[in-house]
Amino acid sequence: MDSARVVITGLGAVTPLGLTVDDTWAGLCTGKVGIETITAFDPVGFDCKLAGQVPDYKIRNHLPKSLRKAIKLMSRDIELSIIAAGEALAHAGLVTKSIDPENINVDPERIAINLGAGLISCDLVELGPAVAASLTDGKFDIRKWGKEGLEQVTPLWLLKYLPNMLACHVGIIHDIQGPSNTITCAEAAAHLAIAEAAQIIARRASDIALAGGAEAKVNPIVMIRQCLLKRATSQNNDDPASACRPFDADAKGSVFGEAAGVVILENLENAEKRNARIYAEVVGIGQSNNINPVYEHVEPDGKGTQIAIEKAMADAQIQPEDLDLVVPHGTGIPGDDLAEATAIQAALGDAAAEIPVWPTKSMLSNTGAAGGAVDIIAAVCAMNEGKIPAAVNCDTKADGCNLNITGEPRDTKIRYALSCSYTYGGQTAAVVLKRPD
Amino acid sequence: MMTERIVITGMGIVCPLSHDVESLWQALLAGKSGAAKTAIFDASTFPTTFGAEVKDYHIAEHTANPRLHEYSNRGSGFVIGATAQACKQAAIDIETDQPADGIDRTRLGIYLGAGEGSVDNDVFFGAIAAGWDAENDEMDWGKWAEIAFGRMHPMRELEQEPNMPAAHIAMLTGARGPTRSCLTACAASTQAVGEATMLIRKGDADVIIAGGAHSMIHPLGVTGFNRLTALSTRNDSPETASRPFTASRDGFVLGEGAAILILESLTSAKKRGAEILAEVIGYGSSSDAFRVTDMHEDGRGAAQAINAALADAGISYKDVDYINTHGTSTAENDSIETKAIKAAFKEEAKNTPVSSVKSMLGHLIGAAGAAELITCVLAMRDSIVPPTMNLHDPDPQLDLDYVPNEPREIPVNIAMNESFGFGGQNNVVIIKRYEE
Repeated sequence: MDSARVVITGLGAVTPLGLTVDDTWAGLCTGKVGIETITAFDPVGFDCKLAGQVPDYKIRNHLPKSLRKAIKLMSRDIELSIIAAGEALAHAGLVTKSIDPENINVDPERIAINLGAGLISCDLVELGPAVAASLTDGKFDIRKWGKEGLEQVTPLWLLKYLPNMLACHVGIIHDIQGPSNTITCAEAAAHLAIAEAAQIIARRASDIALAGGAEAKVNPIVMIRQCLLKRATSQNNDDPASACRPFDADAKGSVFGEAAGVVILENLENAEKRNARIYAEVVGIGQSNNINPVYEHVEPDGKGTQIAIEKAMADAQIQPEDLDLVVPHGTGIPGDDLAEATAIQAALGDAAAEIPVWPTKSMLSNTGAAGGAVDIIAAVCAMNEGKIPAAVNCDTKADGCNLNITGEPRDTKIRYALSCSYTYGGQTAAVVLKRPD
Repeated sequence: MMTERIVITGMGIVCPLSHDVESLWQALLAGKSGAAKTAIFDASTFPTTFGAEVKDYHIAEHTANPRLHEYSNRGSGFVIGATAQACKQAAIDIETDQPADGIDRTRLGIYLGAGEGSVDNDVFFGAIAAGWDAENDEMDWGKWAEIAFGRMHPMRELEQEPNMPAAHIAMLTGARGPTRSCLTACAASTQAVGEATMLIRKGDADVIIAGGAHSMIHPLGVTGFNRLTALSTRNDSPETASRPFTASRDGFVLGEGAAILILESLTSAKKRGAEILAEVIGYGSSSDAFRVTDMHEDGRGAAQAINAALADAGISYKDVDYINTHGTSTAENDSIETKAIKAAFKEEAKNTPVSSVKSMLGHLIGAAGAAELITCVLAMRDSIVPPTMNLHDPDPQLDLDYVPNEPREIPVNIAMNESFGFGGQNNVVIIKRYEE
């Protein structure tokens, strides 16, 4: 049986620039920066006091009444994924049980879901009373916890923090009974989830898939890790808009944030049959590993990223000069950016100097498991409007980063776009999209 | 277009009963239990005071370069040992810089169902204790930060990320092929094996190091499961606590470990002259879309996944000789799984031997599926299926042939492994005795 072609028929996103794809795209087009001083918690003691925070929302508004009692089981990551999934389905013209039970136009057994999720950190405030009940002479006493503190933890506590609960809640809301997976590869998770969902459709195990990722990194436990690992910039607390500077000579680190991105992937035949609008085709996927014994840093030549990009282009059967846009990982961490630039240059050769490279984290922040999905959505928007927004905060390119990054927006036909990502755990991914003819 | 056949060419395990595959098998056939009083932390006052822990594991015994994995979480540590064993059996060279094992590293991938690491308990709880203002019911973040920043170790924190076991395997093996890590709860490593099979079928890789790694035997893990009333509290008898399909079952026994299978295209295996242990012929995956807390009461999703795996394998339920069940020893799973098997296997349900090795091994959570698939390969090799131990008071509602208490010698040509995770994740893999 031949492989099905896989197209994107819907987009949904929640980012520091807005609660909808339109708001995020509009912000990206004006160079708006969604990074600000942290308000989600008091960052006293944190070297980096900045984050990309999603605007206020009420999750109740995104759930049918009958399902609102599940809100108390939702970590913030889950909430973000629900909002983005809802927008993507609506955008694609798909009607599920919770959207309108009388007019369902999908077969639950033929829809899949595949989301990237992060290490969801528990709410420390929620554990406060339980810990307080477990002290002996002011110090935490595990025996007291077992006897008394544990009882104060709400019974369904663990279910809030299992990474697969994003896909499960979305699946319950929309009655998704096909394959469901949760990819936990940090910043590469969303690309990998989209890659796997595309392959599930290609092999015809499903006709439609919700794919992407979500992560809510703006909490003390997650942010402290970025500070301890020296990934977050501590130099720009007074000027949040200038803080995240991918590939810039003045970059001092990344800024972390929260987001969700979901695309609707669909079998081309299915999409054509229901006259769906087709935004892009997924034509190439590449994956590899960065390997570095000093694994809190990316390997200097970015070999794993290079291999992923080369494989994605080979899978798409294109040459470097066919690419019209690259949306890189671009974190603003100098050594990592240099490694990625090295990899992009090695993979694209002479074409590297010409192909527009547009990093988005300067505006969106580093949103972990959501990043790849949000970048793919941004690439799809660029492709469909024939426009690459200006790169922000890349005033002087860092040594060795000889990429075509400009601070001017560009009107340009985009036929092929590539988006890539990598993690400290080493996984790398690249996806090639093609604009429908 | 000929679809590539996928075979298993190596296996490795680090688990509560052993640090290698053959010792595990001997223990399972002898009905041994890996459960005992919890030693990793002081669980003496918890509702559950026992678990199935890996004992006396030293990573230095499994790799020449233990320093590389110095900060690894427990799961990463176990997966190094399991991977080293599996690579040795599969003749994958992880010792030299220029391996001459016939495997293009860009076509050697990794797919794990791997769990997160564990917090540093002293710092985690200590920081909350320091910061919590009980009078005002709020956190003094300055005090919290003082402890947290003062005492958290950056690498220890990085090692909590669930993708770290895959990272350690990449460092150990030089794998540059497709690499993914998933965490669909208790179904994760069955899903990993299934999706890895699909990657090789598609031609994205020739070899994938597939399996799982997980340890949740720590205060927050046990707290979480105890609060869900998911764990057995039979503290006076750890070894008989895991008793799937019985009337007196009261929850699962939390285990830990790592299990690895080398999945390979038949073309690559033949070219390399690798030993072929079994063939992977089918994979099915579905979701209940029902509740986060409970499986679908009719086992709808589970039956769907079973049927999808059978269809993928191109076989009938009548062709399956043995089912390695999820069989957690919870009231809910064992009932609903029985229903699902009956729905999918129809008139053959009661004739097909099914057993739960969790009765001996405990529940390895993310690593469970892969560990249990290894036991299916061995059952097939030796024509003997492992028992469901502690089955002395069968639940009258559950009337399948659970192979109670004694292993049984029967020819096993085709075996099915099923895993069902919290949130309604259903994954099934089918293997077959290899023939040309």
